[in-house]
Amino acid sequence: MSTELDSLYQDIILDHAKRRLNAGLREPFEAEVHHVNPTCGDEVTLRLHLEGDVVRDISYDNQGCSISTASASVMTELLVGKTVAETQPIHDAFLEMMRGKGQVEPDEDVLEDAIAFAGAAKLTARIKCALLSWMAFQDALVRAQEDSDA
Amino acid sequence: MEGLLPELDVIRKDFPILERRLDNGQQLVYLDSANTSQKPQVVIDTMVDHLERHNANIARAMHQLGAESTEAFEAARDKVAAFIGAPSRDEVIFTKNATESLNLVANTLAWATGELAIGAGDEVVITEMEHHSNIVPWQLLTQRKGATLRWFGLTDDGQLDLSNLDQLINEKTKVVSLTWVSNMLGTINPVTQIARRAHEVGAIVVVDASQAVPQLPVDVTASGADLLAFTGHKVVGPTGIGVLWGKRAVLDQLPPFHGGGEMIETVRMDVSTYAGIPHKFEAGTPPIVEAIGLGAAVDYLGHIGMKAIHAHEQAITAYALEGLATVPGLTVLGPLDATQRGGAISFELEGVHPHDIAQVLDSRGIAVRAGHHCAKPAHARFGVQSSTRMSSYLYTTPTEIDALVEGLEYTRSYFKLG
Repeated sequence: MSTELDSLYQDIILDHAKRRLNAGLREPFEAEVHHVNPTCGDEVTLRLHLEGDVVRDISYDNQGCSISTASASVMTELLVGKTVAETQPIHDAFLEMMRGKGQVEPDEDVLEDAIAFAGAAKLTARIKCALLSWMAFQDALVRAQEDSDA
Repeated sequence: MEGLLPELDVIRKDFPILERRLDNGQQLVYLDSANTSQKPQVVIDTMVDHLERHNANIARAMHQLGAESTEAFEAARDKVAAFIGAPSRDEVIFTKNATESLNLVANTLAWATGELAIGAGDEVVITEMEHHSNIVPWQLLTQRKGATLRWFGLTDDGQLDLSNLDQLINEKTKVVSLTWVSNMLGTINPVTQIARRAHEVGAIVVVDASQAVPQLPVDVTASGADLLAFTGHKVVGPTGIGVLWGKRAVLDQLPPFHGGGEMIETVRMDVSTYAGIPHKFEAGTPPIVEAIGLGAAVDYLGHIGMKAIHAHEQAITAYALEGLATVPGLTVLGPLDATQRGGAISFELEGVHPHDIAQVLDSRGIAVRAGHHCAKPAHARFGVQSSTRMSSYLYTTPTEIDALVEGLEYTRSYFKLG
């Protein structure tokens, strides 16, 4: 029973849920988005600051379970400081893992701490928790790039 | 324990799912009955028997099966009418669920003419503890008609704030729609008192009885409601079948909802005339076997007796409130007196998100609901985004409540809350 829970609530997740790296809303930012999970009410407001091609800051304010808050924390740790082009394979790998029904073997070299969410990928009800901030980031990225193109 | 159903073991045997072992070998502890109730064997058997032996469309098939099917469907209407004390069986309309019942009312009111017509300057009154299905239809109605939506606020202990009753329900009020028993706070509202005030100013009263009909002896006339909605799957019946009861005088004034077969008297290419109630509101082939299943369900509850079921719910709720009070950091949202509330208890556990609580409980076979329970405004009123909810029913035992309390203690230790 508790091994099953432990595969979901890995130490990395519980740790990130407590530490909430990069939490809080900061300036400057080029895009701000608000995403909700309508079934459970989890929400995140996420700001993205790009400097040229580099993700300089991802700041956020969120409310949700340990899976969704830990996911935001891990994501910012992974993506901040990378170029936009470098973030995409990581984003894609995370989505592939989460949508893989627990069948996708995650690549630790790409996903680092985010492989801890492989346990959540097996639980249909928790996939959206883990994906919330990642979808918000991708949305913010599209908007920031649209604005800079305009 | 006083108040428990005397033959609880026998009752539990009526519900085959309660024997279920979960994937990890755990015995099921089902504490999510406000979400949907489990089904007794008699409901399952009645539906299977109908499908195996009597299946045919109703009210149109000129053969033996058609006659049997029609008879069973209409007998279900009689059973529901008797169960809720409806003065006439024709006042019982079958819908898909309580949501459809409430939307039927809000939509047909938008099209109504005469006394029931709603327009600019008119007001509709709801409450802050409504399920979304008794908020959004009224937002749509008032937005479409230029009317104003107003609502009762809540007190800190989860009751309706009635201090401005006479001001809130006034000469402009056309409709007052409220829940009888809150699905989140468990509060039992003084429907009769509010209905009296509404009728003084000529407003009609709509009652969402989704959580009341499963738990309380309901007499629609005594309730003061003009229209009352509930759903089948919370009264040990199947999903896909709901009920709208309405006073004949009100239902007759409302225009049809869906147009189609069965709701007509005669159809010409330019104009149609409509059937009387209940068929006026039952266009198309209805959920036949579901209605028949609901008939068996209310018969089953009627045999046990709603007074006895209510007493059982109160005993279990009191025991649960006592047990939950022993868990450090746990706060119950809503009234703390079991005699003043229904069997749904929402709570917060400091330091653990409701989804994480539900996950840990699930690993021990305990099924509860976590989230906003389709009552986001009520959660916002208490400054919380979501909560965990346990809800009992006639088959719930004190042992299951013990398992919940132990599970919550385990949750605290799992997340290292000391």
